[in-house]
Amino acid sequence: MRISTLLYTCKQGFKNIFRNKMFSLATIATIAACVFLFGIFYAIVVNVQQSVRAAESSVAVTVFFDEGLSQEQIMLIGDEISKRPEVASVVFVSAEEAWDSFKVDYLGEYADGYEGDNPLEGSENYEIYMNDVSKQSSLVSYLETIDGIREINRSDATANILSNINTVISYVSLAIIGILLAVSLFLISNTVAMGIAVRREEIAIMKLIGAKDFVVRSPFVIEGILIGLIGAALPLIALYFIYSNLILYVKDEFAVLDDILKFMSIEDFFSRLIPIALILGVGLGFLGSMFTVHRHLRV
Amino acid sequence: MISLESVSKSYANGVPALNDVNLNIEKGEFVFIVGDSGSGKSTLIKLLLRELTPTSGRIIVNDYDLSRLSRRKIAKFRRSIGVVFQDFRLLKDRNVYENVAFAQRVIEVPTRQIKQNVPAMLSLVGLAGKYKAKTRQLSGGEQQRVALARALVNNPPILLADEPTGNLDPRNSWEIMKLLEEINKRGTTVLVVTHNREIVNAMRKRVITIRKGVVVSDEEKGEYIDED
Repeated sequence: MRISTLLYTCKQGFKNIFRNKMFSLATIATIAACVFLFGIFYAIVVNVQQSVRAAESSVAVTVFFDEGLSQEQIMLIGDEISKRPEVASVVFVSAEEAWDSFKVDYLGEYADGYEGDNPLEGSENYEIYMNDVSKQSSLVSYLETIDGIREINRSDATANILSNINTVISYVSLAIIGILLAVSLFLISNTVAMGIAVRREEIAIMKLIGAKDFVVRSPFVIEGILIGLIGAALPLIALYFIYSNLILYVKDEFAVLDDILKFMSIEDFFSRLIPIALILGVGLGFLGSMFTVHRHLRV
Repeated sequence: MISLESVSKSYANGVPALNDVNLNIEKGEFVFIVGDSGSGKSTLIKLLLRELTPTSGRIIVNDYDLSRLSRRKIAKFRRSIGVVFQDFRLLKDRNVYENVAFAQRVIEVPTRQIKQNVPAMLSLVGLAGKYKAKTRQLSGGEQQRVALARALVNNPPILLADEPTGNLDPRNSWEIMKLLEEINKRGTTVLVVTHNREIVNAMRKRVITIRKGVVVSDEEKGEYIDED
């Protein structure tokens, strides 16, 4: 393609947006609605996942050691456990730290009577945190094979609940993405059908004059991409304000949920959403315009 | 230049539009194709533009065998044919200059050449002073001149005109026919499909009459023959 033709094509693509204002507005609105719905849903999914992940990271398996085990042997066991792929971190808790923590959690002022005494002597342990709580059973099976471990405390119920929540979120995500995609395609195909009437004559003239398919298609595709970009940018701006204000509102009004709800920062959220939304918007615009023109190229 | 050998065309519903048509049109000829509505004239134009393919027979236009023409070569073939329609088919949201330049843009003529060709063509059809006007601001005759300029700007050896005066008053009709005659004198082969008896009889050109898909007469300096 000549540079002059390329420039002309780009210019026509841009001008087409203003030539068919109603069609352009309808398409932008359709794409914006799809991207907006996607953005809302995406915000819900990533934040629920973030909260679940935060909850998962606090679930630990605790192992206690046989009496008389040396510090060196305990360190060796710790090194072995750390090498497991499902293990995120291993924290050693000495008997003193365990007793201090117990006093704070359960005894409060009544702990004074135990001055100089540690009822939890010999209860030094490892708290093992996992990357994926669903692997807890396999980790426990492994720990049971290690010599020198006297007892293993596991939290099956919590691990199962979190694991189930993750599975449900995955299925719900897939279902909603499927529904959103179907709704988007339905809306886009209707908008495209409206645009076909506007385009039919122009495409037919180009074909009868002897334009190649590529030249016929290009201005419409450029128009589609530009409309897709605008259609994606508008809901992104709206989502930015909604998301940032919603976080502040929930934190202010529902401070009690602070430990449960772990919001993704606005920077992290938008660094993920922007590329996805732009690809979605441009993709819908591109496919819509290709589909429109393709139906009329066989003149 | 244009040759049809035993060409027949039937549509999907089985209705025959053309039946065993044989025609030969030489370079530089001016030919009228006449016939009543439904006689097969429009089907003939569509076959010559390769919008349709014949059910049987062979069509050769400008050395292109249209029955064997691949989809990829259709664009190149169509550049050798200029075409005007009864309803003008102009881009209503663009001005006169842009409508004519459009024909050159889409076949990738360099901008510098477009800037020379378009004003020259607008001068030929008498619209040099209206190059900035939107086509909807023009009269029917002027719109058909723009369509003519667009059809000719790529310098095609053949011009097909499908009812070019169908939407025009007698004065404008004559002006368009004079333009077509002038274009023909410059060497372009002109094929005009028309209903206009007065023009056909006055111009004394070759007249091919089609009736119910069959060529019933083909006469040099012919006249419009009414259906009995």
